[in-house]
Amino acid sequence: MGKRRRIGLGLYRWLDARFHITPFIDFMRHKYVPVHRHTVWYYMGGVALFLFLVQVASGILLVLYYQPNQDGAYDSVRFITTKVQFGWLVRSVHSWSANLMVFFVFVHMFSTFFTRAFRKPRELTWVTGFVLLALVLGFGFTGYLLPWNELAYFATKVGTDIMGAVPLIGEPLKVLLRGGEDVTGATLTRFYAIHIAIIPALFTMLLGLHLLFVQRQGMHEPEYVARLPKERKTMFPFFPNFLLRDTLLWLLVLNVVLYLAVFFPWELGEEADLFASAPEGIRPEWYFMFMFQTLKLLPAHVLFIEGEVLGIVGFGLMGLAWMLVPFWERAIAGDGRARWPTLIGVGGIVFILVMTIWGYLV
Amino acid sequence: MDRRSFTNFFLTGGLLGWLGSVLYPVISYLRPPHVPEADVNVVKAGLASEFPVNSGQIVKFGRKPVILIRTDTGSFRALSATCTHLDCIVQYRTDLKQIWCACHNGLYDTTGRNISGPPPRPLEQYQVNLVGDEIHVARMA
Repeated sequence: MGKRRRIGLGLYRWLDARFHITPFIDFMRHKYVPVHRHTVWYYMGGVALFLFLVQVASGILLVLYYQPNQDGAYDSVRFITTKVQFGWLVRSVHSWSANLMVFFVFVHMFSTFFTRAFRKPRELTWVTGFVLLALVLGFGFTGYLLPWNELAYFATKVGTDIMGAVPLIGEPLKVLLRGGEDVTGATLTRFYAIHIAIIPALFTMLLGLHLLFVQRQGMHEPEYVARLPKERKTMFPFFPNFLLRDTLLWLLVLNVVLYLAVFFPWELGEEADLFASAPEGIRPEWYFMFMFQTLKLLPAHVLFIEGEVLGIVGFGLMGLAWMLVPFWERAIAGDGRARWPTLIGVGGIVFILVMTIWGYLV
Repeated sequence: MDRRSFTNFFLTGGLLGWLGSVLYPVISYLRPPHVPEADVNVVKAGLASEFPVNSGQIVKFGRKPVILIRTDTGSFRALSATCTHLDCIVQYRTDLKQIWCACHNGLYDTTGRNISGPPPRPLEQYQVNLVGDEIHVARMA
């Protein structure tokens, strides 16, 4: 036995005698990853997780210089990108990895949808995943305003005003989010608190729960794999085999983020002016574009309901239905071979893609 | 009521009371206090002789933006600059001779009437008075 291995083993025994860590190691080890033609999708959640860690690290660095107030926000971001050593890189990495995180969260979500991984016993894994997606969008929405530029200022006015259209709770919710009647410096400070304290706290708790569920229940096998006899299934251990592959992929993703940050640095734009007309080309982040475009297409009134109220209530109901997929999908899919759920998913993707592209073209 | 249900009732009530006494101040804290605003009734918006025909500009009316327009005929109009659709600030389009909101392509005519796109209501009107050469924008009486 090598010297290093002896020291490692000694340390392990020392810890095990005091904290009884063997059951935890066994808990980590019990999971096996099935190998089949859809195995690649298992990596998507891990990539989103890695990008979240990049967000945490780069976000902590940004907080050291950022000033969350109306007079200082824009200038402090400009200071970070122009004066602070590697500040441009840190800010760009934060923006790029945020966007990639949203992208991979969507890929992860649709891959679990199409492989029907949300079915019993993983209903709550899906529900926690949906709430995590909502929190990721909240991260994006609040973070977008923080540089206090023109584009983000008007996007926030529009976004928070849309929330005001929610029946009954809309108006108080809008005031609560804005920290007043209008989008002002108070909104910026509030969004900062939501972005760096409230959402991260909720996100960390839910992420812990989500990962615990995955670890406890193991990886989902698509139905055709689950039906195979045991001797025809190929499996390999999650720990350390899958985790090592994950790490390699994370390294590749980090390279992509760095490449994008270096060659396509994130723009800062013009400083927000509370008394300037909205310029042309006001748009939200790309992941809100499909909703923005849909609202844009709705007429002022549909029958006796205001168009935006109809839009927001419609999206709210669709979101709720999507969160509850595991509880109604069986009812319409019957024995599990029906194509309905797949068609709904494809329809959703097509709708999102068409509206997003349309939003950018018009 | 037996002893167990009495204890359960007492503890549940205590817990709810405790939750209320914690949540009430927290929720009240989150609601932004009303900041009294100086009551603005009239603002000066520059000189009429320096305001080109067929143009518009945003004027600060307290904390609200107001759009001041000089039409083709030379008359002045002032309207709330906040789009009634989703709160963006509108602008005067010299090419269309209409008020336009860039956010969702909403159009109003120079009287503030919503004429196309998603805006559900007209823009609120303000009064324009000329005191000598000076433009005064005031709330409607």
